[in-house]
Amino acid sequence: MSILHWAIFSPFILAILVPLLYKRVGRIHTGWFVLVLPVLLFIYFFQFISVTSMGDSIRENVSWIPTLDIGIDFYIDGLGLLFALLITGIGSLVILYSIFYLSKEKEKLNQFYVYLLLFMGAMLGIVLSDNLIVLYMFWEFTSLSSFLLIGYWNEREKSRNGAQKSMLITVFGGLSMLGGFVMLGLMGGTFSIRALIAESGSWTSHSLFIPAMLLILLGAFTKSAQFPFHIWLPDAMEAPTPVSAYLHSATMVKAGIYLVARLSPIFAQIELWFWIVSIAGLLTLCWGSFFAVKQTDLKGILAFSTVSQLGLIMSLLGLGAAALHYDGLDDQLYMAATVAAVFHLINHATFKGSLFMAAGIIDHETGTRDIRKLGGLMTYLPVTFTITVIGAFSMAGLPPFNGFLSKEMFFTSMVNVVNLNIFDMETWGYLFPAAAWIASIFTFIYSMILLFKTFTGKAQLDKLEKEPHEAPIGMLISPIVLAALVITFGLFPNILSTTLIEPAVSSIQPAADHLHVHISFWHGFGTEVWMTIGVIVLGILLYLSLSRWNSIYHIVPERFSLNALYDSILKMVNNGSGFIAKAVMKGSIRSYLIYIFAFFILMMAFSLYHKGAFRMNTENTAPIGVYEIILALVMIIGSISILFAKSRLTSIIILGAVGYTVALFFVIFRAPDLALTQLVIETISVALFLLCFYHLPKLASRKEERMTFKLNNAVISIGVGLVVALVALSAQSQKFFAPISSFYLENAYKEAGGKNVVNVILVDFRGLDTMFEIAVLGIAALGIFAMIKLRLTRGNK
Amino acid sequence: MRKNDLILQTVTKVAVFIILLFSVSIFFGGHYSPGGGFVGGLMTSAAIVLLLLAYDIKTVAGILPFDYKIVLAVGLFIAAGTVASSIFFDLPLMTHAYRYFDLPLLGHTSLHSAVLFDLGVYLVVVGVTMTIIQTIGDDDE
Repeated sequence: MSILHWAIFSPFILAILVPLLYKRVGRIHTGWFVLVLPVLLFIYFFQFISVTSMGDSIRENVSWIPTLDIGIDFYIDGLGLLFALLITGIGSLVILYSIFYLSKEKEKLNQFYVYLLLFMGAMLGIVLSDNLIVLYMFWEFTSLSSFLLIGYWNEREKSRNGAQKSMLITVFGGLSMLGGFVMLGLMGGTFSIRALIAESGSWTSHSLFIPAMLLILLGAFTKSAQFPFHIWLPDAMEAPTPVSAYLHSATMVKAGIYLVARLSPIFAQIELWFWIVSIAGLLTLCWGSFFAVKQTDLKGILAFSTVSQLGLIMSLLGLGAAALHYDGLDDQLYMAATVAAVFHLINHATFKGSLFMAAGIIDHETGTRDIRKLGGLMTYLPVTFTITVIGAFSMAGLPPFNGFLSKEMFFTSMVNVVNLNIFDMETWGYLFPAAAWIASIFTFIYSMILLFKTFTGKAQLDKLEKEPHEAPIGMLISPIVLAALVITFGLFPNILSTTLIEPAVSSIQPAADHLHVHISFWHGFGTEVWMTIGVIVLGILLYLSLSRWNSIYHIVPERFSLNALYDSILKMVNNGSGFIAKAVMKGSIRSYLIYIFAFFILMMAFSLYHKGAFRMNTENTAPIGVYEIILALVMIIGSISILFAKSRLTSIIILGAVGYTVALFFVIFRAPDLALTQLVIETISVALFLLCFYHLPKLASRKEERMTFKLNNAVISIGVGLVVALVALSAQSQKFFAPISSFYLENAYKEAGGKNVVNVILVDFRGLDTMFEIAVLGIAALGIFAMIKLRLTRGNK
Repeated sequence: MRKNDLILQTVTKVAVFIILLFSVSIFFGGHYSPGGGFVGGLMTSAAIVLLLLAYDIKTVAGILPFDYKIVLAVGLFIAAGTVASSIFFDLPLMTHAYRYFDLPLLGHTSLHSAVLFDLGVYLVVVGVTMTIIQTIGDDDE
């Protein structure tokens, strides 16, 4: 265990101690104890910047299951470090914020911080694991802990539903991702990501390559809320706001982004990756931004906005992957897409975190998050207003905030697509910048809605639950820090370029050697500047005329939405399985017997046919004598007449007759012991049958009548008889080994001192069978005794 | 309502001993001729059933004061003990031994440990059949 291992596992260790601290030191808000850890971790990870910016990496291995090639191997490179800093940095701010957000008296703080720490540790594990299986383990840990966090207020039904939805969707993706990982491991012969990347070029034509890619992408898309799997994210807004700020803007939803970025060097070898990732990203971008305008809940807007921004990053990652395939640009230009993705990833974490916290403050200080009730809060919440201005303008992509820079780079990359030499890019290629541009207009609109509908206009104090006032200073620190970062990164973007962005890009694009990132604030009048101006102008116009075109959101009714689809799928699965269970599990023994016999017939007949196993060989059969024929006739007539007997007594008597005939068969086949036993046993069982029928209740409905004829019963019984006869004939006709009975005949007297070979076998050669058969008899007798004597009737318990 | 079953009862008195003798003979002859513990046990219970038919359950319980569940258990114990005893002689489970002895009255006779096992079987079969028949016969409901 290295220090790195201790660092990654420390949140888990602290999570164990949290309930203890909560119980023992209840006077102090538990969050203060928790806060120390992410701050320390942030400082610890910060020092690695000097390592990664030199292009080096750190690797620490601890063996876990060496026989399965699974080791807890951690690996710090540019990409992993970027995420680790985001997780610990924003984690510290979120915990600080939560100390003031969650009341010490009313909330179950011990649970909250345990879940949050579990989540933090799991997230660190995801981004720093080198082993795919360990990565999957941490991945499911995040699904689990986010499920617990979303359902934190578990007395609310909406929380429970949101938690269930996110669990189902992310675990569905996680499991398919595991399938993809296993395929990747099969192809590469190792689970180590670094080793896989090193030799990735050699198996692009492997038959498992595309399935593995699709399955892993499914995992990444579900976790990162890409279309159409984004539906869990808006419902996850039922979680406490610190959780939304941390999980659903900065960290967990970026796990999918991380995975796509991390595995890009492997899968970007084929074009399909580029198409899927970038088109899914663009679709999510447009869909999310379009529907964010419709929302009336502050956190709802932010959730859809997160969806669309994640789509933006995803599409940029896809475009970065295109670099490997298409000509027409020099290296530096298509590298720009990956740089933009990483840069926007950082920017989004800062401004979305601050916006969520601002929304939490508004909720906390007014009692509602509904923008229809809010308005005119500027004078009541001046600091929050400033924070929201910075966050919303950055999100909309306005200068001088960092969102402006990454949006410009996004436009640049999208415009570059047109110049790529992809098949007929003259026409289709223009869709990329067009979609990006339209999505940006909507992004602008909802950012403005978020800002102006909340803070300007007339205050409606009577609709609010509380008298609004500014939040306590402790609650404001975290969003202020994030907003300050938004401005800092906006004004001095190059403090990030060599420290974080360059190492991260070089882990996504290992082939890039002469990488030099320089983000310039002003880059001349290019197409992208005109696009931004267009976004602003059109966005303002559309925002002002919002009430006129708002009704397009009602064209498609709610029941055709994706949520309704999800609900109906869930309902269908539920009802469908119930229906199948009801149709199959009827509870009647007759139908189960039909299944069993039908299955038996089909399997035996099929394997007889398929293997060509049927044989008919009469060479070794003995001659048939008169007695055998007579007895066989008696048995056949007896058996058939049981079916047609009218009274039950007749059936019993005929059954007895058949039994005695069997005894006679034993006689002529020279089995005296069997004949003796068969005679006595048949007598006893007939007597018991008679006893049973004598005691049948005398109900008016019970009439003595012939068995009714049912076609499927007849078919099945004839089928069983036929199949068994065929199997018996075939088995008789082909004997592969000499029987061992000669051994018994020779050795019965010599070895065991008996002349009755049957008895010698029963008590000596195979005596253990007899031992347990008499045990069976004993159990049967005791069972009958217990059944009859120990009757608990209703009154006699 | 019981009729006078004098003939049946008298015949039973004679027949029961013949059947019992037959069952003992079948039991002991098992190793050399058809028969053995199983059929022997069934025959013995047949004799007792004949007694049950001629007299009633209480009378027979007076003549043969056995709890057949205990008979069953003893039988299982003897059989299992025979199976297990060979391990005390460092032999595999279920190893039988036999030897010829010169006994008074019987003369030159082989004694076989399989007979002990068969005795267990015999007792179990008697116990089982009689438990079943008695339990069902006792049941009033």
